[in-house]
Amino acid sequence: MPLLSVNNLEVVFPLRTGLVTAIKDVSFDLEQGERIGIVGESGAGKSVSAFAILNLISKPGYLAAGSILFNGRDLASLGEEEMRQIRGNEISMIFQDPMMTLNPVLTIGTQMEETILAHKNMSRQEARKISVAKLKAVQIPSTETRLTQYPHELSGGMRQRVVIAIALLSDPAIIIADEPTTALDVTIQAEILELLLNLCNDFDVGLILITHDLGVVSEVTQRILVMYAGRIIEQGPTHQVIARPMHPYTQGLLGALPEKTRPGQRLNQIPGVMPTLQEIPAGCPFHNRCNQIQAVCKVDLPILGGTGSRAVACHFPLNR
Amino acid sequence: MQQPQPNILLSVKKLNKEFNVSGGLLDQLSFQHGKLIRKKQSVKAINGISLDIVKGEALCLVGESGCGKTTVGRTIMGLLPPSKGTVHYRGQRIDNLNRSQLLPYRKHMQMIFQNPYASLNPRKTVATTLLEPVRFHFPEMSQAQQRQKVEQVMESVGVNANWGPRFPHEFSGGQRQRISIARALMVDPEFIVADEPISALDVSIQAQVLNLLMQAREDRGLTYLFITHDLSVVEHFGTRVAVMYLGRICELGITAEVFSSPRHPYTQALLSAIPKLGQSNLGRKSKHIKLKGEVPTPINLPSGCVFHDRCPHANQRCSNEIPELNNTSNGVQIACHAVEENRI
Repeated sequence: MPLLSVNNLEVVFPLRTGLVTAIKDVSFDLEQGERIGIVGESGAGKSVSAFAILNLISKPGYLAAGSILFNGRDLASLGEEEMRQIRGNEISMIFQDPMMTLNPVLTIGTQMEETILAHKNMSRQEARKISVAKLKAVQIPSTETRLTQYPHELSGGMRQRVVIAIALLSDPAIIIADEPTTALDVTIQAEILELLLNLCNDFDVGLILITHDLGVVSEVTQRILVMYAGRIIEQGPTHQVIARPMHPYTQGLLGALPEKTRPGQRLNQIPGVMPTLQEIPAGCPFHNRCNQIQAVCKVDLPILGGTGSRAVACHFPLNR
Repeated sequence: MQQPQPNILLSVKKLNKEFNVSGGLLDQLSFQHGKLIRKKQSVKAINGISLDIVKGEALCLVGESGCGKTTVGRTIMGLLPPSKGTVHYRGQRIDNLNRSQLLPYRKHMQMIFQNPYASLNPRKTVATTLLEPVRFHFPEMSQAQQRQKVEQVMESVGVNANWGPRFPHEFSGGQRQRISIARALMVDPEFIVADEPISALDVSIQAQVLNLLMQAREDRGLTYLFITHDLSVVEHFGTRVAVMYLGRICELGITAEVFSSPRHPYTQALLSAIPKLGQSNLGRKSKHIKLKGEVPTPINLPSGCVFHDRCPHANQRCSNEIPELNNTSNGVQIACHAVEENRI
């Protein structure tokens, strides 16, 4: 049985103009220690899918359907109090902007100890010991002084390391990282990604990495889920999907990257933009941007399906 | 290098820009050893940059946040006065001109900004925004001609002419960036400073806007100074690239040369850090060059080479003497003592 099994997730936001479905029929499994990546453009539903796992959908949005089985328990049916025991304890989350996640008026040490004491019954001294160990695990030098510092005294890369250390405090089984390196520079991004990868390997932690950067996914994850307009449209082992994409959107996204074209040549662009959630067309949501469109695409919604490790939601998949 | 070359469009010499961050008088005062001392602090954003931009090229300025690339763009455009150094446009010095003297140059030089949500006036319709530069710079045209020009440019960058009466908030990021590009092209400029024009956009939209910028360069013979942190875009878009670190240029040359054989230790580290498709460079057998430490603050610059305290090849000379940009065999200019002494 997989560690985490997400089935037919549906998240709905009631707006003045009516109900808007942010994600629909999102299903995936995560094995112990597995690293998966969720990619897509802004508004595709990547973050909502991850937030839904921890029941962090902001009001008035709610989980309309689906189940989230974690160690045999359905997280979707848990109450707020039970959920708090899971969050930051068994499943941790890392957000994009470390300045927004750290409390600016508390020292690093206080924030780390608080996190431990919220979940475990121990003394402050013991909590401090764990904090030091975790800061060492994320390769922060002079840990004792760091504990007495405030977030503004650290650089962006250091802050993100602290956030990762906090996520590791209670030895979680899964880390959900939402664009963890988007706010960082390339050289620091490489360091943080390497750190995440090594930590996942060393502690056998599962990783759900949300990003828009296909290069990042390719470097870190084993499996990839591509989302478009609130649905998973393709999934499979990362290197297979990147080498031989089956959905025209995945292919278009990969083809639009500058490294896929000779310098100076025109890039292969996907025409148009992703539809907003209110105006998703009937049939395949991608049909009006697709270059392989046929009559059936405008009418029938393709279902995610496939053989073996790959799956695609397209009536006429490529590279079969 | 002093003889004037006719095809040099813009020439920057020994440019310096400092921002005073010492605050008010009371913030500057402090007691030390029983004496009252007044101390001034400044952020040294650019430290002696010299660049020539040749007509028709797309020069990419690349570096990490805080290296001063945006400040260079803004100083060239006259949006910020330089602390030291000069900017010449077609041989005419422009950095010491006042607003009204700069106006004729505004017609030749335009800027595209990073955030299309902030760079368009939310209370003006697209038509008003786009008509304004034409009205101002082409007063000799009749109103009908002006409107025709606006429509023509809108069409050429894929902005639907029907969008005119609508407001910026009705458009997506990519559409807004097209509108800002249309606004920049409205006065038929020959030189464009594009400051991270695609960083705020999604991947599939980035390709659309990048294609548009390349198309405009071909159709109109534009010259670009393209400021970005995205190295894959540089490799694709730039004819030449200048790599910046802490307010200085460390490597400058033809893009293909720099990317195929980077020689400055910082460029090497930067290029090795790009996440690549279809391969894992990370993990135990990592190929990525790790730099020690972090970028120092531009308030207290390191002595000598600004990169020396993070550089694996640094020696005594590097910590004392500032390296100048030197030509190397393949035409790439590098500011590094180790390269000069053939230690790398």
